[in-house]
Amino acid sequence: MTAADITRGRPTGPDPYRVGHSSHGHSRAPGHGEGGPAPKRIVVAYGFWIFLLSDIVMFSAFFAAYAVLQGATAGGPTGAELFDLRITAIETACLLASSFTCGLASLSVEARKPLWFYAAMALTFVFGAAFILLEIREFIELVDKGAGPTRSAFLSAFFTLVGCHGLHVGAGLLWLLTMMAQIFAKGFRPDIVRRFMCFSLFWHALDIIWVALFTVVYLLGAGA
Amino acid sequence: MLGKLNWDAVPWHEPIPMIASGTVALVILGVIAWVVLGGHLPYLWREWITSVDHKRIGVMYVLLACVMLLRGFADAVMMRSQHAVAFKAAGFLPPEHYNQIFSAHGTIMIFFGAMPFVIGLMNFVVPLQLGVRDVAFPTLNSVGFWLTATGALLVNISLVIGEFARTGWLPYPPLSETTYSPGVGVDYYLWAVQISGVGTLIGGVNIVTTILKMRAPGMGYLRMPMFCWTALASSLLIVAAFPILTATLAMLTLDRYLGFHFFTNEAGGNPMMFMNLIWAWGHPEVYILVLPAFGIFSEVISTFSSKPLFGYRSMVAATLFICIVSFTVWLHHFFTMGAGADVNAFFGIATSIIAVGTGVKVYNWLFTMYGGRIRFDTPMLWSLGFMVTFVIGGMTGVLLAVPPADFVLHNSMFLVAHFHNVIIGGVIFAAFAGLTYWFPKAFGFRLHEGWGKAAFWFTLAGFYLTFMPLYVAGLLGMTRRMQRYDFEPWHPWMIAAALGTVVIAAGVACQIIQLVVSIRQRDRLRDVTGDPWDGRSLEWATASPPPTFNFATLPNVSAEEPYWEIKQRAREQNKLRDEPEYEEIEMPRNSPTGFVCAFFATLMGFALIWQIWWLVGLGFVGAYVTFVVFAWRDVPEYIIPAHDVALLDRQNRSARKDALSTYAGPAE
Repeated sequence: MTAADITRGRPTGPDPYRVGHSSHGHSRAPGHGEGGPAPKRIVVAYGFWIFLLSDIVMFSAFFAAYAVLQGATAGGPTGAELFDLRITAIETACLLASSFTCGLASLSVEARKPLWFYAAMALTFVFGAAFILLEIREFIELVDKGAGPTRSAFLSAFFTLVGCHGLHVGAGLLWLLTMMAQIFAKGFRPDIVRRFMCFSLFWHALDIIWVALFTVVYLLGAGA
Repeated sequence: MLGKLNWDAVPWHEPIPMIASGTVALVILGVIAWVVLGGHLPYLWREWITSVDHKRIGVMYVLLACVMLLRGFADAVMMRSQHAVAFKAAGFLPPEHYNQIFSAHGTIMIFFGAMPFVIGLMNFVVPLQLGVRDVAFPTLNSVGFWLTATGALLVNISLVIGEFARTGWLPYPPLSETTYSPGVGVDYYLWAVQISGVGTLIGGVNIVTTILKMRAPGMGYLRMPMFCWTALASSLLIVAAFPILTATLAMLTLDRYLGFHFFTNEAGGNPMMFMNLIWAWGHPEVYILVLPAFGIFSEVISTFSSKPLFGYRSMVAATLFICIVSFTVWLHHFFTMGAGADVNAFFGIATSIIAVGTGVKVYNWLFTMYGGRIRFDTPMLWSLGFMVTFVIGGMTGVLLAVPPADFVLHNSMFLVAHFHNVIIGGVIFAAFAGLTYWFPKAFGFRLHEGWGKAAFWFTLAGFYLTFMPLYVAGLLGMTRRMQRYDFEPWHPWMIAAALGTVVIAAGVACQIIQLVVSIRQRDRLRDVTGDPWDGRSLEWATASPPPTFNFATLPNVSAEEPYWEIKQRAREQNKLRDEPEYEEIEMPRNSPTGFVCAFFATLMGFALIWQIWWLVGLGFVGAYVTFVVFAWRDVPEYIIPAHDVALLDRQNRSARKDALSTYAGPAE
C-alpha cells in the first residue's frame, strides 16, 4: 500500500485496523498511530461524529437547564399534569421505526439497490414526519391549555429542549429529501455515499437524544 | 417591512461614533476602490476569497484578527483616557456610550481578535507540522472563516446602525433581558457571537479530525510537535465547550424574542443559571486561547535555544491535564454567588490545582533554555517577556482563586488587571511570537528585526505601565466598569495607566511600520531555503511559501523532531535525501461556498437583529441553496501533474543544496 493509495482512500485489505488487537500506539493502519492519513470515508465519518458529539453537548446544556428549572412552575401546571405518555409512546415508536428504516436504507446503499433505497427513505420520511406532527399537535394543545412556554420557567425549558430536538428532526427531514434527490441525480458515487453515511449517523443520533429525552422529560416527569 | 429599523437607528448627533465610522467607511471604500480599479478583484476572488487552502485561510484569519485587535485597542484607548480625565468630572464619554465601549472591547478582543488569531495560526501551521496536504474538510474550513468574519462585521455594523450591548462582554441577565435592555444592542451581541460561534465550532471539528486522522506516515501521537498537541487540546475544548455557549445564548435569545423565562426575575426564571452555563463555556474558553499560545512558546523556545523541548512527554501530560481540569473550575468566576463554603472550597482548590499544569510547563521552558545556544530574535523576546509576565498574572490568579480573597477583590480593577495580565502576556504575546516566527513560512520573507524588537519593548513596557497601576487601583477598592469617580487616591494611577496606553500605542505603531518596512525590503529579507530559523518540525521541510500541496511527497516520520533528524542526516552526509519519485497530486478545488454562505448569514443575522422576518427567510433559503449547489458539483478536485510537482520541489531542493554546502557546522 502506497501513500497515494492512502490519500485516495483505496480499500486497504479486509481488516486494516486489526480490530481487537492492541497496537500500543504503533499501529500501521491508515489513520491510526503511525499509519499515515486515513482514507476519506473514515475521515468524513469521524469528523461528523465529532460534530454530533458537540451537538449532544449542546443538548446536555438544554437538559441541564431543564433539570434546574423543572420545579420552577411559578404556580402553573407541572409535568405530571401535562404529559400524555400514550402520545409520546407513539412518537417514540415512530422515531425508533424510522431509525430501523434508515438502517434499511443504509443496507440498500451498500447493496447499490436504488429502489429499495427510495422505499426505505420514503418510509423514514413518513415516520419522521409523523413524529413531528404529533409533537406539533402536543405543543398546540399545551399552548391552548395556557401552558405555553411563556407560562413558567419549567415550560420554557420544556419547550426549548423538546423543540430543539424537533427542529433537528425537521432539519433531518429536509436533509433526507435532499439526499434522495442527490442519489437520484448522481447515483451511488463515493462522495454521495459518504454524505449518506453522515445523514444516517445524524438520524440515529437523534434517536439517542430522544431516548434520553423521553426518559428524563416524559417518564420521570409524568411519574413525579 | 423593515422591522425595528428606521433612520433614528443611526446616531447622527453623536460625534465620536459618526467620526469613527466615517473614517472606517472611507478606509474601506479606499481599499475597495484600490482593489477594483487596480484590477486586483479577479486575483483576490480566485486566490483568496474562494480559496480552500488551509494556509490562505489561516492568513485571512490572522489578518481579520489584526484588524479587530486594532479596533479593540481603539476602545481601550478611549476607556483609559476617560478614566484619566473623569475624576470629579464627566469625561468625554457619556455613560451609555462608555458602557457600549467596554462591552464592545471585551467582545471584540476575545471573539474577533484573540480567537481568530489563534485559530488562524492553528489552521496555517497544524497541517504543515503534521506533514499533510490540507485539513480534513477544506471547504468547511472556508465556511468557518467567513462565518467568523460575518460575526465581526455585525459587531462593527452596530457602531453605525443602532447600538451595541451595554452589559459587558458576557450579557448577564437580568440586565440583558428586554426589561432592562430593550434596544438592539444585546441582539447584536447575540447574533454576532452565535454566527461566529458556528464558524469556530466548524474550525474546531476540522482541526480535531485533521490531527487524529491525518498525520504523515510514521507520525504517531508522541511524535507530534507540541503545537499540534496544544491545538488538539484547544480544539477538543472548542468541540466540548462552544455548544454550551450556543445553547446558553439561544436561551437568552428566546427570553428576549419570545418571552421565555430562563433567566428572568419572574415566573421561576433563574439568572444565576446563566452565570453557571456561560462560565461552563467561559472558563474552557480561556484555555482554548492559552493552550495554543503555550504550544507556540514551546516551538519558539525550543527552536531558538537550539535544543529539543525539555520534558516533551510531561508537556503533553500537562496540556491534557489542563484540557480536562479546565471544565471543573468555572465557579471561581462567581464565588460571591453564595453557593456556600464547601462548593467554593472545591472550586478554589481545583483552580489552584490547574495552575500546577502551567507550572510544569514554565519549568520545562526554563530547562529547555538551560544549556542551550539561545538566539534572541523577536519571537524569542516575546517568549521571554511572556514567561515573566505570565507568571505574575498566574500568581494574581491563584490569589483570586482563594474564595475569601476573592470576596474582597471580585469585580474590582484588580481582576481587570489580572485577566489582562494573562491574556495579553499569554495569548497576545504568543500571537505576535507566532506571527513573527511563521511569517517567513507564509510569505517567503522575514519581518524586519529592528522594528520587531522595538515593538516588543514598547509593548512590554507599556503593558506594565498600564496594568500594574490597575492592580493598585483595585487594591485601593476601585470597581470595574465605572464611567467616572470622585475618589482622589485612584486618580494618579489612572493617569499612569493612560500613559502606559500611549507606550503600548507606540508598540502598535512599530508593528505596523514593521509590516510596511518588511514588505518594502522583502528582497533583502527573503528566505530562500524555507528554513530561516534552523527549525525542527516539518513545516520547515518545505519551501517558503509552501506550494499549494505543502509536500511533494508525504514525509516519512521516524522520530520526534522529524525535520531536525532529516536535516542532521543531510549535514552529516553532506547531501540531501535522494530525489523522490514524483506522483500527480489531487487537491480540492476552490469554492465560493464559504463566502456566499457568509453573505446570507450576514443578511440573516442583520435581519434577526432588526426583526425583519422576510429577510430572515430569504437568508435561510439562500444559505440552504448555497449548500445544495455545493453538494451538486461533480468535480471536487483537480490534479497537479507529477511534472509540475517535480519542478516546484526541485527549485526548493537546489536552494537547500546551496545552503547545505555553505553550512559550517553548529554555531557556537
